[in-house]
Amino acid sequence: MDIKFQEVEYRYAAGTPFERLAITDVTFHVPSGEYVALIGHTGSGKSTVLQHLNVLLKPLQGEIEIGSRTIAAGRKEKNLKEIRRRVGIVFQFPEHQLFEETVEKDICFGPMNFGMSEEEARQRAREAVRLVGLPPSVLERSPFDLSGGQMRRVAIAGVLAMKPDVLVLDEPTAGLDPRGRREVMELFASLKKENGLTCVLVTHSMEDAARYADRIVVMHKGRVAKRGTPRDLFHDRASLTALGLDVPETVRMQRLFEEKLGQPLRQLCLTPEELAQEIARLQGERS
Amino acid sequence: MMEKIILGRYLPLNSVVHRMDPRAKLLFIFGFVFVVFLANNVLTYALLGVFTLFVIVLSNIKIQFLMTGLKPVIWLILFTFLLHVFFTKEGEVLAQLGFLSIYKGGVIKGAFISLRFLLLIFVTSLLTLTTPPISVTDGIESLFGPLKRVKVPVHELALMMSISLRFIPTLLDETDKIMKAQMARGADFTSGSLTSRIKAVIPLLIPLFVSAFKRAEELAVAMEARGYRGGEGRTKYRVLAWHGRDTAALLVLVALAAALFGLRS
Repeated sequence: MDIKFQEVEYRYAAGTPFERLAITDVTFHVPSGEYVALIGHTGSGKSTVLQHLNVLLKPLQGEIEIGSRTIAAGRKEKNLKEIRRRVGIVFQFPEHQLFEETVEKDICFGPMNFGMSEEEARQRAREAVRLVGLPPSVLERSPFDLSGGQMRRVAIAGVLAMKPDVLVLDEPTAGLDPRGRREVMELFASLKKENGLTCVLVTHSMEDAARYADRIVVMHKGRVAKRGTPRDLFHDRASLTALGLDVPETVRMQRLFEEKLGQPLRQLCLTPEELAQEIARLQGERS
Repeated sequence: MMEKIILGRYLPLNSVVHRMDPRAKLLFIFGFVFVVFLANNVLTYALLGVFTLFVIVLSNIKIQFLMTGLKPVIWLILFTFLLHVFFTKEGEVLAQLGFLSIYKGGVIKGAFISLRFLLLIFVTSLLTLTTPPISVTDGIESLFGPLKRVKVPVHELALMMSISLRFIPTLLDETDKIMKAQMARGADFTSGSLTSRIKAVIPLLIPLFVSAFKRAEELAVAMEARGYRGGEGRTKYRVLAWHGRDTAALLVLVALAAALFGLRS
């Protein structure tokens, strides 16, 4: 499902002395089946953009196309349920939204709100739990007895069970250990690859953006500062540091290596694996 | 949704009212609550109204903003007004509606009492709008200080008050966040029958409680870790200072009371 932002603007507390501009003139495109990363400094407006993706916030200016629906400023919107089912959002620290007695009931909450039968919802809960790598036995447990990492997975399963077409992720790995991080990120990557899910990732981690994203949107002070593929974007370090961001560690490593070597590598490497291969190839050529 | 509530909110502006000592403001309002009752005719109410307007202007807060804060209490004011209109039987009859007759005295009394309400609400909301919550509790702690001698835990009560005030915005933010997370999962808080709406609140309340308890525990640990052990011998970072303008404000109130006393019928 395609999502298009067209000069979107939003202000918090509009019309009161507390009014604050959050985003303005935001235009970008999330093509169906692609993985888009939204990066930017704290307070750059990433979270505000994210809440527009399933119309939790409505634009005060501009318009948003979500699949076949168009959400324009100043219009009353009804029947947002279908959009909310198709665009699943995993919020930051999603484990804070757990509330049911058992994991199974909690995961069924979303599907049943969208009109699924209990039987079907349970079926989906079992599937979702398997997808996030938890044993079926957690279904009967209370979500509050689980460890932090497990709670996170249950919360993610609750969104996956809605079978969304677009998965929106707000810092899904914040507070997880390195292994949990990797596993969660790999899960989303495989969902994208195997089920053709469209992904929007809000992140601080340049490494994750470089590794997983097909394209990147850089936010700065409520505006879109840059757009492009990771390779294009991370080529130019100076313009990123000007926005308070930096290139991934791998790219920094590559630049150091190139400096010592006295010649640039064939291409910009986005992951340590890529860089290692490139160096190995070079070594092979030389010997 | 939460953006509309102005009760207990602080507007950080710069005005002479903002700079006043919170103790002076508290005493002023305490006095004002009684002074308002001195007014009993058109002249005295006019004087009170002009005085209140003057205070609002001094505080730099837009009167439209105060008006939006009235919305939750407008029904209460209207109710008292109508009560007086229909049940006071004084003066000439203005209108006859079946078995109800409206007297001139009733309308006047209703208007006066509504006005009294309005003035009280304006002045008391000025307190929280112009004073940070921490200063309010500092002021209360200092004013009730003498009660410590009779073993009233003044410091602890003030601390409890400032902690609860401090966490109102945090909890509102949290409510908003959880509400959005559940709405993203298809929860509907705004439509359906009364029972379904009450049921819809459960997915909001439980996470809210869980996080509030967690927060309380974390706060307690953080306070202990930094050596908090009650008010005994504790000094203050913000020391309250009583200025000439604070005394002046209280004198103005006394003058107002005297004027009202002279002009009332």
